[in-house]
Amino acid sequence: MDWQGYLHPLAQGAWVTMELTVYSTVLGGLMSFLAGIGKLSSNPLIKAVSVVYIEVFRGTSLLVQLFWLYFALPIAGDMIGIDLRLPPVAAGVLALGLNIGAYGAEVVRGAIQSVNPSQYEAATALNFTPRQALWRVALPQAIPEMMPSFSNLAVQNLKDTALASLISLSDLAFKAEQLRNYYQDSTTIYTMILFMYFGMALVLSGMMRLLEHSVGRWREPRY
Amino acid sequence: MLFGLAWNTAHGEAAFALSILPMLLIGLLVTIEASVVGFFVAMVFGLVLAVLKSAPLRIVSWPATFVTEFLRDTPLLVQLFFLYYVLPEYGIVLPAFLTGALALGLQYSAYTSEVYRAGIEAVPRGQHEAAKALDIPPRRTFTHIVLPQAVPRVVPALGNYLVSIMKDVPVLSVVTVLEMLNVAKIIGDQTFDYLVPLSMVGALYLILTLLASSLVRMLDVSLPKRGIPLR
Repeated sequence: MDWQGYLHPLAQGAWVTMELTVYSTVLGGLMSFLAGIGKLSSNPLIKAVSVVYIEVFRGTSLLVQLFWLYFALPIAGDMIGIDLRLPPVAAGVLALGLNIGAYGAEVVRGAIQSVNPSQYEAATALNFTPRQALWRVALPQAIPEMMPSFSNLAVQNLKDTALASLISLSDLAFKAEQLRNYYQDSTTIYTMILFMYFGMALVLSGMMRLLEHSVGRWREPRY
Repeated sequence: MLFGLAWNTAHGEAAFALSILPMLLIGLLVTIEASVVGFFVAMVFGLVLAVLKSAPLRIVSWPATFVTEFLRDTPLLVQLFFLYYVLPEYGIVLPAFLTGALALGLQYSAYTSEVYRAGIEAVPRGQHEAAKALDIPPRRTFTHIVLPQAVPRVVPALGNYLVSIMKDVPVLSVVTVLEMLNVAKIIGDQTFDYLVPLSMVGALYLILTLLASSLVRMLDVSLPKRGIPLR
């Protein structure tokens, strides 16, 4: 079979990879802000939960987290009498999103902390509540600073989705493995998917650059 | 039974955990070995890429830039499968461990090459000008003046990638390398208890990465600050 014959099954796999990337990046973005802001919270409980979450997910391997959610969590649920069996998609999105979220949380924390302290003083002087100071003053300045790191993390996440093939999720890497088992044509198939991943990464970083441009719009001079 | 050791499933969770700990530690040793070999490959190949990328000839620097981008933007898992299945077709048969360490090293050389390049670019212009004034040929300027100043200063920055490599070693389990996660998976497959071994692997990883990152931080503080400061 020539390489065009592989295109259709590989395209199906690529679609699953894209879906997985989008869902887990969105979850990761959400977790980044929750844990990143939580780590700066003055409430010790919220702070402790955020720190533990960040350290656990940054300190262990993604594949360990994925296997734990897929193989170990159902057993843990069994012990306390709850059915925690996750379908592969849920386990994949959860593990990828929580993992990338922990890395993103450090980015969010760093960007918020790098906002000039005089901005907070000015906000206090203008009688802003702490919440308003965070949402109206700090975050609009911090978000454009986060974007380059977020863009790297999004590409990292796209690459990490390949690991989900190991819990039998039929993404691009999984389809390639199936085709290889069937046709024994490793060189063509793996070269094709390497370039497909490369192309998707280029598109993703282009999209992140557009997003970066749109959140930093207010900083550009207007005429 | 694994590595000639038996697990104890009859006396509760704690006894089970204790009985599989030695097996996981054997796996941990393989994890550390693979990270060290992979890190070594990344250090060497990353430097090669960085040198090629800063070459004045575009016919040299552009392919090197493309290779870096390609290695950085494609998944480690797929690169690993590529090396594992494609190299033997061209007569290069490596043991799984070496293939895995090579794949880790190649993926991370894309990252380390950027670190080296930052170091090379941070060497002040005055150094180049002084070398020119002393009539030192460009090649010798690069190998004897620029690199000796750039490389020592970036070594601590490279250390952080050692920690990242450690966390990517479990991927090697797909090509039958018996590292820690693979050992835990095998124990789980045979005893039907995934919870204890996988949780132990998580805990061991946490200890390992905390130790390794504090070691890197110590190195960063204690290494003599030779060479030039990074921007």
